[in-house]
Amino acid sequence: MSYLDYKVAQVPTGFRKVLYINWPLVLLITAVCCIGFLMLYSVAGGRLDTWAEPQMYRFAIGMVVMLGLAFVPMWFWRGISIGAYVACFLMLVAVDLFGVIGMGARRWIEIGPIRIQPSELMKIALVLLLAAYYDWLDMKRVSRPLWVLIPVVLILAPTALVLVQPDLGTSIMLVAGGGIVMFAAGVSLWYFGVVIGMAVGLVVTVMRSRGTDWQLLKDYQFRRIDTFLDPSADPLGAGYNIIQSQIALGSGGWSGRGFMQGTQSRLNFLPEKHTDFIFTVLAEEFGFIGASSLLALYMLIVFFCLYSALTNRDRFASLITIGISGTFFLYFAINMATVMGLLPAKGSPLPLVSYGGTSLMILMLGFGLVQSAHVHRPR
Amino acid sequence: MKKSPREIIDSARQISRRGLMLGLIQVGTASVLGLKMRSMQLDHAEEFRMLSDGNSIKIRLLPPARGLILDRQGLIIAGNEQNYRVTLTREEAGGDVELVLRRLAELIPMSETRIAELLDEFGRRSAITPIVLADRLTWEQFSAIAVNAPSLPGVTPESALSRAYPREGDLAHVMGYVGPVSDYDLSRIEEPDPVLRLPDFQLGKIGVEGRLEEVLRGKAGARRVEVNSTGREMRELSRQEGEQGSTVQLTVDAALQNYAAQRMGEESAAAVVMDCETGELAAICSSPSFDPNLFVRGISNTDYRALMDHDHRPLADKTVQGVYPPGSTFKMVTLMAGLEAGVINPGTRYFCPGHTELGGRRFHCWRRGGHGTVDAIKSLEESCDVYYYELAQRVGIDRIAIMARKLGLGVRHDLPMSAVAEGIAPDREWKLARHGQSWQIGDSLNASIGQGYVLASPLQLAVMTARIASGRAVSPRLIRSIDGRREPVPVWPELEGISAATLRVARMGMDAVMNGGRGTARASRITREEWRMAGKTGTSQVRNITAAERARGVISNDQLPWNRRDHALFVAYAPYEAPRYAISLVVEHGGGGSAAAAPVARDILLYALNGGLPPLDAVPPEQRAALETRHNEMKLYAPEPPRGGRTRV
Repeated sequence: MSYLDYKVAQVPTGFRKVLYINWPLVLLITAVCCIGFLMLYSVAGGRLDTWAEPQMYRFAIGMVVMLGLAFVPMWFWRGISIGAYVACFLMLVAVDLFGVIGMGARRWIEIGPIRIQPSELMKIALVLLLAAYYDWLDMKRVSRPLWVLIPVVLILAPTALVLVQPDLGTSIMLVAGGGIVMFAAGVSLWYFGVVIGMAVGLVVTVMRSRGTDWQLLKDYQFRRIDTFLDPSADPLGAGYNIIQSQIALGSGGWSGRGFMQGTQSRLNFLPEKHTDFIFTVLAEEFGFIGASSLLALYMLIVFFCLYSALTNRDRFASLITIGISGTFFLYFAINMATVMGLLPAKGSPLPLVSYGGTSLMILMLGFGLVQSAHVHRPR
Repeated sequence: MKKSPREIIDSARQISRRGLMLGLIQVGTASVLGLKMRSMQLDHAEEFRMLSDGNSIKIRLLPPARGLILDRQGLIIAGNEQNYRVTLTREEAGGDVELVLRRLAELIPMSETRIAELLDEFGRRSAITPIVLADRLTWEQFSAIAVNAPSLPGVTPESALSRAYPREGDLAHVMGYVGPVSDYDLSRIEEPDPVLRLPDFQLGKIGVEGRLEEVLRGKAGARRVEVNSTGREMRELSRQEGEQGSTVQLTVDAALQNYAAQRMGEESAAAVVMDCETGELAAICSSPSFDPNLFVRGISNTDYRALMDHDHRPLADKTVQGVYPPGSTFKMVTLMAGLEAGVINPGTRYFCPGHTELGGRRFHCWRRGGHGTVDAIKSLEESCDVYYYELAQRVGIDRIAIMARKLGLGVRHDLPMSAVAEGIAPDREWKLARHGQSWQIGDSLNASIGQGYVLASPLQLAVMTARIASGRAVSPRLIRSIDGRREPVPVWPELEGISAATLRVARMGMDAVMNGGRGTARASRITREEWRMAGKTGTSQVRNITAAERARGVISNDQLPWNRRDHALFVAYAPYEAPRYAISLVVEHGGGGSAAAAPVARDILLYALNGGLPPLDAVPPEQRAALETRHNEMKLYAPEPPRGGRTRV
């Protein structure tokens, strides 16, 4: 019996797996979600049934999904990785061809009563596939150009499909999520340097393309960039969201205005206050204490995942965990940076807190994978 | 795909290295977020807090209800009525303003041009500014809009108070009117009350409304409201009601004013009825008048042009602004000046041959054949001009002017009305100052019969008459009470330097005008003894009659164009024994005072004395039928029960 086989034999089986679940992580996730319920209750003006209650149901379902997935052994994930990727890819094609148009873009497909946003599922599928790829790939070849090109294509193909929806935010998330897995797998840093250099070049090109007939972004996306660069130029138009969210955030002060006392959100100065801008509500009502606490909870979730990944000797499991926690990190970092005016407004939810089923379920799915990796670690 | 332990350890090391790097990057990023949070929430919290409060809390002024104006009986003559209107806010109209307007046009009359105008305005104004679509809707229209509100997004039915003058034209000149606050209004006021800047606020422009603006305006209330990002009110935090302006009660009797206006009819005329004891003005009526409500609503160009182009000048207040040569009504002044100077006594007689020669000029008496021997009483009764020519040469203009001022002529009376005229009681000094010429004796002759330089307003003539009647220096008063507190009535001092004997002669003369056998206004006498009236007619020329004209024979007024005819004047008081009311009446270009002015003034005076329509038995029998017909044709307001002092609307 090899070392590994011996260790795999130690993997818990059956109901005993419950004992091996990463319970602190479950607790942290629950805590963050509870903050979400509180804020949804507050922005609804003290009503449960507007947003908080449906969100609780979704959370309950998500919790069951996550814990359920924790029981699924690793080999299953490895096995379906290619299939999941292909399925998501086909769904993305379907969305582009006959998806539902919403918010100025095609993002959903409807299957019966369920609305699926394949671009969100793709985030998970891509991480899965890349993790499987690097698990399979000989470590010595990781930085060889040909073997780097394959994952790059795997990342860019769905990204391109998402980009034409158009959904710049998710495209960036896909590239970043895939990049994190590649980074963790040990791809030479030179590649990253080159990509970042190219990205800067791309940004310059995109900005140059404005107003020409080969314009690369929609006008509203350019306006968001303008707004980001100078929100006060159009305080009642495009810059409005950012200015109002900054006012809400800043006026929270040290301890905030108190639960349900945020005037900005109460009086609708905040746009999308129950989704993209919910962090500002928290910051307004609970001040620096509340906002930094949420940030700390998020970071704890990331650290627990990272710790789980670093102590896991299954390369596939580690890469999945890092990929998913990295995506999760990007989620909240981008949202917070946006509402604080550090990034252009691009409409991303605050993970686990914002109202919305898709985002929550995808996250719980991801954390299910993380739990599965944790439970089935070689011992 | 089994991996060797070597590979597994390499992989783990690799992942650990990269994982830690990633972790460091994430911690770094999180730190940036945390620091930004700290900078915004701790270092700059105050600034953001201020922005936030400014965002959400707005002070909205509550316009105060304007004070009421009542007549002396307590009738509301300037009130506030509910004005129903609808406004539309573009931002709330759901993108298609035109559609909403078209739907609205099915409920209330709205022309195509009006819709086009409104669309243009919506294009120019901010999306969150409510714009008034229609004003002064009936209750039916208003409720139709309210019922259909769901299909009219952004349309808000509102009701606000607006000024209303139930008596329309009757008191227009006294009360004046309110109108929108203009930039010019604001520039005239030192520190304008912020309420004046409210978009729909209205300000007293002229008359009592204008002069007592501060009293009537009241104090604005304020609401602190929380507004949302679109400026819509979410809730009221606190509310402090405004204070209604004070209720101002005028001395004017609306019913008497109504009668006076109707009695004067279409003539360009002015009447002032004054209480001889208190100085209170019971009526102060300028005819023709205009509807002040037009100005409140924003007068149309056509209406305004019509008022401006009218040759009877309805906008001018002839009672206090108009000045006229008083003509023979001035003769009491000259007579009393002569009596007080001791130049004549009541029995002094002059011979009237029909004219007086002076320095080669001929000064005519109105009766070409002359009056023969004339004494003081007869001079008034028959209005002999030559008597006054003779008298003027002996008294001198300065003493006449002094007497005129004692009787209230050439003096600006302080009334809360617009542009109260000073008139002219000329003397040597005045002519030198005004015209740079020395006084001529001929000027005195003209002045002695109220021609030439002498100018007086109907108000001043009423004051003169009241002073002669009462022997006291009564001054006109228009405000009876403010907020129910009676304005103190001064004890008017006795006229200084005018003896009772002098006054008696003047009064007897005026009595003879009405009741003497040859009195010039005998036809207009009051036949009820207890209301026996004393008065004086006047006819003042508005043109010079040349010698050539006189030689051809003076053209009678009927043959002259309206605006070149003589002014008809009349002053009177009654009852003769215990004077209550004095009246002055001027009919512009009315012809002779005895025919055009005296009967009208008599009827108005009778109404004041009777407190209702003049009883027919108080006028000479031959006029009763005509008066009755006249009364039947008048459009008089039905009498209203008097109300309490502080009625609010």
